Amino acid sequence: MMTARTKQTGGDLFAALSEVDTDAQARLHERLALAADEAGILDVAYRTVDSPVGALLLAATERGLVRVAYAREDHDAVLDQLATRVSPRVLRAPARLDTAARELDEYFAGRRDAFDLPLDLQLAHGFRRTVLTYLPGIGYGTTASYAAVAAAAGSPRAMRAVGTACATNPLPVVVPCHRVTRSDGTLGQYVGGADAKRALQTLEAAA
Amino acid sequence: MRRQPFEAVVAEHGPTVLRVCRAVLGPAAAEDAWSETFLAAMQAYPGLPPDSNVEAWLVTIAHRKAIDQVRAGSRRAVPTDELPEAPSTDGLPGGGDADLWAALKALPLKQRQAVAYHHLAGLPYAEVAGVLGGSPEAARRAAADGIAALRKRYTTTGAAR
Repeated sequence: MMTARTKQTGGDLFAALSEVDTDAQARLHERLALAADEAGILDVAYRTVDSPVGALLLAATERGLVRVAYAREDHDAVLDQLATRVSPRVLRAPARLDTAARELDEYFAGRRDAFDLPLDLQLAHGFRRTVLTYLPGIGYGTTASYAAVAAAAGSPRAMRAVGTACATNPLPVVVPCHRVTRSDGTLGQYVGGADAKRALQTLEAAA
Repeated sequence: MRRQPFEAVVAEHGPTVLRVCRAVLGPAAAEDAWSETFLAAMQAYPGLPPDSNVEAWLVTIAHRKAIDQVRAGSRRAVPTDELPEAPSTDGLPGGGDADLWAALKALPLKQRQAVAYHHLAGLPYAEVAGVLGGSPEAARRAAADGIAALRKRYTTTGAAR
């Protein structure tokens, strides 16, 4: 019975082909990423980097860095969101993220106090986006209250909306929402978790 | 519209498409065909209807790219009875593969394609016929003839169990 079926399907003939050739797949993937970038169809390139606050997913469009995500956000879920909200042409393609990865390394080593990267803020809209543009103005190693950021953004009563803007910041670490704290001096929420927020503030205070 | 990242398409279907390209074209030309297939697929991916059979779609593209390669190859290459003894730059495991490639290469193109699309990509004969043209019955016959010929050649080399 088994022999008859094998004979019919030819499965035994292709035993040598059933294994995944991982070397070839890696080589072909790299070639595809390069060709797609050259052809202008690499809409979202991504890679992950290790950091003291865990693995970070970095994603960039042709315009700039579009997403930084903590592991707790679930990187697969974040890639699905990018496919839906930006473009399904999403590939792991580290080259486009080389500069971002290097600047993050320097930041976590205490050797960089500001990021010099093109940013693509297309995942933030309206007031939230306005808030994000004010955050880099909070100096390295300092903090500002939600109320102060709301005032700076021109809506002094919109503290809650500032909190939402920080909680939904598509570019944490690089756009420093970790420098925004409660008026009473307590830490407040953070997309990367309270421990990560504390770790970044400690890093900046020490450098 | 919800659609999985193209990265997931490459991870899920890349190995199968590579096996298909190797079976149809041999190891050397297969990687060019694979690369052209996935570049074209990525280009068209945002417009692919959501309920599509992605593997059949990829095999259809690979089929066209392989035909291009075969045509380019027949213009370029000098026909020969034997495969050159290429060094193993293609990363294929095991020594029996060269025999399998030789046996596959000896098949008529249509049989090789039918065998690859049905037995390696797992497409039903109706879909194989959709890719190749002709009827499902013709596709079934081409695949069966191909398997029979392969079995004869490949087993006489002593490479198959």
